[in-house]
Amino acid sequence: MGLNIAFWILAIVGIIAALAVVLLRDVFRAALSLVLCFLAVAGIYITLSADFLAAVQVLIYVGAISVLIILAIMLTREVQRGSPSNRLQIPAFIVAVLFLGGIAFAVLNTPWPVSLAPPLEPTTPALAGLLFGEGGFILPVEIAPILLLAAVLGAIALVREK
Amino acid sequence: MAIGLEHYLILSAILFSIGLYGALAKRNAIVILMSIELMLNAVNIAMVAFSRYIVPLLLTGQVFAIFVMVVAAAEAAVGLAIIISIYRYRETIDATKIDLMKW
Repeated sequence: MGLNIAFWILAIVGIIAALAVVLLRDVFRAALSLVLCFLAVAGIYITLSADFLAAVQVLIYVGAISVLIILAIMLTREVQRGSPSNRLQIPAFIVAVLFLGGIAFAVLNTPWPVSLAPPLEPTTPALAGLLFGEGGFILPVEIAPILLLAAVLGAIALVREK
Repeated sequence: MAIGLEHYLILSAILFSIGLYGALAKRNAIVILMSIELMLNAVNIAMVAFSRYIVPLLLTGQVFAIFVMVVAAAEAAVGLAIIISIYRYRETIDATKIDLMKW
């Protein structure tokens, strides 16, 4: 019961914050409501009993990515110009609504093979076993740092003074 | 009414649609990047929900969500670096005015 109430509150907060991201004219306020949306998504992870992912979400999205975005907003002077729409506003709205309708139709008409087994908690030891253990995802885990290194080097090379 | 898989999938679809609208209809490149982050978050919710309700003991969806977060962090770093670099040369990050490669 408590989980239901938590889900509805988090879902409504997340959707309102996401709408504020695309509808607010002030870019900085849009970034702050993006942070609120990330926090709501972290709460959604907790209702899904994904405790490790909720912590990672707060660390990476609320902690790192939002700071990067706010820093980029500060470094560019577009804050004064706000966040106007281009002339594709109405087609984009139609595309988004059609997409949402299609997905909702597909979701509600598919007989999902829902398992009644209780969720695993805590998930951290099981995730560690999957990521680093035998027969797990060790190759992607090794590739991910190379991607991160390439991204960091690329970012430095892009913003360096010539 | 108990919360089930469908609720999470619909929530994820709503967040994805909002992000899609923002990515298509906004001029400011940073707002477009923020919309893309919204879409990635929506996909993560869907994957964790599938992991929780379809295979609750395997956690494969959560592992994929972790990799999506890694790629999202890399994408945000490179994307914002590109935006700042463009701003330095052209004094604008209006996506409709950055049309150097438009044929």
